[in-house]
Amino acid sequence: MALLEVKNLTMNFGGLIAVNDFRLELKQHELVGLIGPNGAGKTTIFNLFTGNHYPTKGEIRLDGKSIVGKKPYDIVAMGAGRTFQNIRLFNNLTVLDNIKIAYNRSMSYSLLNGVLRLPKYWKEETKANKACLELLAVFDLDGYAYTQASSLPYGQQRKLEIARALATKPKVLLLDEPAAGMNPNETVELMETIKFVRNEFDIAILLIEHDMNLVMGICERIVVIDYGKIIAEGLPNDIKKNPDVIKAYLGE
Amino acid sequence: MGRRTKISYLINFIALLVVYAIVFTLIETESISRYWSSLIILICINIIMATSLNFSTGFLGQLVLGHAGFMAIGAYTAATIGIALSGAGFPALPAIIISVFSGGVLAAFSGIIIGIPALRLRGDYLAIMTLAFGEIVRIIINNLEFTGGAKGFRGIPRLMNFTYVYFFMIACVAFLMLLARSRHGRAIISIRENEIAAEAVGISSTRYKVTGFALSAMIGGIGGGLFAFQMGFLQPTMFGFMKSVDILVMVVLGGMGSMTGSVIAAIVFTWLPEALREFNEYRMVAYAVLLIVMMIVRPQGLFGTREFGFSKLMRKIFNKTKKIDTESLKGGDS
Repeated sequence: MALLEVKNLTMNFGGLIAVNDFRLELKQHELVGLIGPNGAGKTTIFNLFTGNHYPTKGEIRLDGKSIVGKKPYDIVAMGAGRTFQNIRLFNNLTVLDNIKIAYNRSMSYSLLNGVLRLPKYWKEETKANKACLELLAVFDLDGYAYTQASSLPYGQQRKLEIARALATKPKVLLLDEPAAGMNPNETVELMETIKFVRNEFDIAILLIEHDMNLVMGICERIVVIDYGKIIAEGLPNDIKKNPDVIKAYLGE
Repeated sequence: MGRRTKISYLINFIALLVVYAIVFTLIETESISRYWSSLIILICINIIMATSLNFSTGFLGQLVLGHAGFMAIGAYTAATIGIALSGAGFPALPAIIISVFSGGVLAAFSGIIIGIPALRLRGDYLAIMTLAFGEIVRIIINNLEFTGGAKGFRGIPRLMNFTYVYFFMIACVAFLMLLARSRHGRAIISIRENEIAAEAVGISSTRYKVTGFALSAMIGGIGGGLFAFQMGFLQPTMFGFMKSVDILVMVVLGGMGSMTGSVIAAIVFTWLPEALREFNEYRMVAYAVLLIVMMIVRPQGLFGTREFGFSKLMRKIFNKTKKIDTESLKGGDS
């Protein structure tokens, strides 16, 4: 069974059909790219997956359970982590705190327990600290643990956002233009990171990207949309030669 | 817990006791006048008000303009219960504790009632709604029979003294500071930082907003209860819009997101109007000028989001020659 299963997904904003009859099957451990020209509806699809928008029509199932109508934080609990096109970190907090906030779900001490600093607080906080530092170490960010998140270089901020999404222990990771604003060297490094994350954490990844080198380099399967509709789907090499895709990107 | 955390808890605890001992001795030996000792009690109450408002405005990030409304609810509730309890012959301390906490609980409850619809709004709209809430509370009190209406609520036993108010203050501020550094506090702060991102990492924004707002209202209500026992007399005009603004000024100038900043600002801005008594009619002008200057020179407030700690101060003094490690500056548990 597919991990993420989408059928007949349609989203209207007033009279504008942003997403039209979209379908997708994302299997365990798969790395799929979602591409399309500007305004094609890619980010809208992500927002539908994460509960930021509710679809006009259609079905989204994560691990067999419907997520339509659920709040973003409930969908996170069901196993979908995401990053944003324009990075959204907790800028004034430390790198470690950014991760610890995402780790909140794995802690269970009560409010009173925390205020009175009972043993359970210390036990869980110590455990959380250790786990979060280990996660940062995976991304070579442990040296920055006590740095303010906004003072990290751009590339590291992207990594931190991915690390933060992983701290929620997702089954599916949704990356919205992870390479936006990166130079070619950073992009290559990012490609390695994404591949590594997929293998290390054994999760499925769906990514939106404009950088064709990145998409063609790492995705096993690509879905192309234009005006909210799927125009092509398949292996990277087939997509490259597909006349509809070329038309959508370059015109006639 | 780490050794260093233990030491810093200990240092802060001792420092607070030393401050208590000094002020207590000054009051008991009558080295300072009654006027000053009641001003000190008022300072402690204002510290509770400022830190509690800071929790919803600086930590949760929601601009609240009706904090005096929660204070009024706490004050009138505590006064009503306090009169009944002392009439029944309760000793001072249990009477204060029971009635002040009842005031806090009722304020928290009204915080939840108003918070659920109000916190769906953002920024200016929330500010207007909380402003309206504060005014509604004031007008209701003005028109109720048992509150004495505009004539005022008389005959509240003046049970407050420095010891009670000081330890109430310590408890309230410690509650908020310890809460801010637990998983719940981090969740609340994450909503201030970026609500969309907070939801995207699994923080239930509605739940934590209402929780934060209600806790802020609760502590505000406790402050109001203590205020009632200090004044012995309550009037709706004491809890008008200007009172909310006074508290907000303390929070903004102390630094939104810094509890210790609010404490310092509450001390300064309770004392300053008294010191400026002679120029009383220029007080609001001075406030305005100060706020404008502050916003130009230091928009993040006195402390920004940093916290002052006695242990940090000690470390800085003793480590003067060494370079201070980054961790101690990052507001860990100290």
